[in-house]
Amino acid sequence: MSNEVFVVAYEGGGGGSNVLDYAIARAKKEGAELRLVHVLEWSPYQFLTPEELEERHARRNDEVRRAQAHIIDPAIEKARTAGVTATGDLSYGSVVPLVAKAAKSCGASMIFVGRSGSDSIGARIFGSVPLGLAQIASVPTVIVP
Amino acid sequence: MQFFKMPTALAAGLILAGPAAAQGIDETINGLFDQYTSWYVALIFADLPGTNFSWIALWLVVAALIFTWYFGAIQLKGFTHSIKLVKGDYSDPNDAGEVSHFQALATALSGTVGLGNIAGVAVAVSIGGPGATFWMIIAGLFGMATKFTECTLGVKYRNEYADGTVSGGPMYYITKGFRERGLKGGPAVAILFCIFTILGALGGGNMFQANQAHAQLSGVLGEYPGWITGVILAIVTFAVIAGGLKSIARVTEKVVPFMAIFYVIVSVLILILNADQILWAFGQIFQGAFTGLGVVGGFTGALIQGFRRAAFSNEAGIGSAAIAHSAVRTKEPVTEGYVALLEPFIDTVVICTMTALVIVITGVLNQDPETGLYIWNAEAGQIRTDGNVSGVELTSAAYAQVFPWFPVLLAIAVVLFAFSTMLSWSYYGLKAWTYLFGEGKTKELVFKTIFCLFIIVGSAASLGPVIDFSDAMLFSMAVVNVIALYFLMPIVRQELDQYVARLRSGEIKKFN
Repeated sequence: MSNEVFVVAYEGGGGGSNVLDYAIARAKKEGAELRLVHVLEWSPYQFLTPEELEERHARRNDEVRRAQAHIIDPAIEKARTAGVTATGDLSYGSVVPLVAKAAKSCGASMIFVGRSGSDSIGARIFGSVPLGLAQIASVPTVIVP
Repeated sequence: MQFFKMPTALAAGLILAGPAAAQGIDETINGLFDQYTSWYVALIFADLPGTNFSWIALWLVVAALIFTWYFGAIQLKGFTHSIKLVKGDYSDPNDAGEVSHFQALATALSGTVGLGNIAGVAVAVSIGGPGATFWMIIAGLFGMATKFTECTLGVKYRNEYADGTVSGGPMYYITKGFRERGLKGGPAVAILFCIFTILGALGGGNMFQANQAHAQLSGVLGEYPGWITGVILAIVTFAVIAGGLKSIARVTEKVVPFMAIFYVIVSVLILILNADQILWAFGQIFQGAFTGLGVVGGFTGALIQGFRRAAFSNEAGIGSAAIAHSAVRTKEPVTEGYVALLEPFIDTVVICTMTALVIVITGVLNQDPETGLYIWNAEAGQIRTDGNVSGVELTSAAYAQVFPWFPVLLAIAVVLFAFSTMLSWSYYGLKAWTYLFGEGKTKELVFKTIFCLFIIVGSAASLGPVIDFSDAMLFSMAVVNVIALYFLMPIVRQELDQYVARLRSGEIKKFN
């Protein structure tokens, strides 16, 4: 068993399945641990209505609970079933910098991210998560189709 | 109850009876409105014996001065720290996803930045002369300390419920704070504040907005009965606040800040295009502040108008902002006070001054070329203006002097500002309503229905009675709130001293 840690930028749902399967397979082969990073997109500069302000804390709790129960926990379980140790990380903010930061803080040797699947003009202008990670990650980044 | 029944009862008939009958209804509403509210307006704006200075203006000025002195000019000393807090320099990254200081400030601002900055300033300048701008800026600067006090208390004494939602505002700090200080009468004072908040929500937060939205729309589209704008606005508002069409509210909340930024950019452009007159305009403002420059009431006329419109615009001392600011996620209540003090600065010192400068520079206020004094139109009770317009139409006319397309854009902005402010105030009013009557769908629906009916009344009533009633209600909130702030300011002082000490010792860390 190596001490290697692979970070998986994991969005959950159908889109996250490929990257998770691939990361589990690679981790098993290398004897690495997985760190699943799920980011809830959030900007402190978003505009909210007064009702949204009032309910924000409660909604955040709900969002965290739901993401933990429906995204992180099943993915950890899937990895464990495959014989791979996995931990989960939930955070709010912008996906690219937070995944890169998580990789740095846990000394990961590789990042796995699913292909965004979008070739829209918006993605080309503003960049997608895989492109963003490819640009700023301090470790090799694998983009899984 | 005649107010509530009449517009809807006659609406169907009006469609058949035509514009003449509709205009008649407008006048009837105006008459009734004036008849039932004028006594209260007179009471709130009564002059101090032997002077022509209203006691309520003095009330707010003195409050702002006392808070400024008591907190050691916090608006000056704490200004840069406020900016750092809004930027998130002191926000714990673990709190990401919670309400940020910026969000609380932006939401509170979208309730305050709006018609007060566009129409209110025009009213102040046309009645009080350019000098009113000076007093408006002064009131804005001192009002920052008042806002600091009330928003710190808003966060400190908010209610946090088991489901994670929060409720705050003067009614909560009055009740809890008075109890903490061993003072009696807290619940009664809180109830009084709630009554005024409900009436303020129906007045300044509703009718004034609807009235000015109609004035601007009819200026662009041509004259038509006010109740038509009222009915449309009432339906849309009802759909949002009672029908759950939250997407409209979200879009409005997102568009309004950009409208405000665009408004400032256009104002700056006009000032740049007339750069040679900026010094002259400031000269008029300073000279007018102390002489009146022909305005009836002279120095005091300018001062009263400046203070009235500043308070109406930035709501410092009114207590409404404390409701919006109380939702922020912070362990330090005083940080929200710091952030909130930026509100009167942005609202009054920056945006209102822009409007006033454009009105003065574009020359829509008529001056006697020989004496340099402004020509008083006694019949209208204001300075003579091009086209004898006032309120939002005056601002529109001023901007149109440079950008002829501006009235159309301003009409859209005014409707959006009005709508956004109405949504904010429907929330403030509802908070006061549920504080008084308890929560429950039926109870909330009753308030929301009344709120929407008042939109129709506001659209149909003439500017005079509506603006006076709006002011009277908002200032009534300020009477109660400021009394409470005097009693509770030692608590804020204690919070501030502790916070500053920990900030200096490095206990409070900078994260960014």
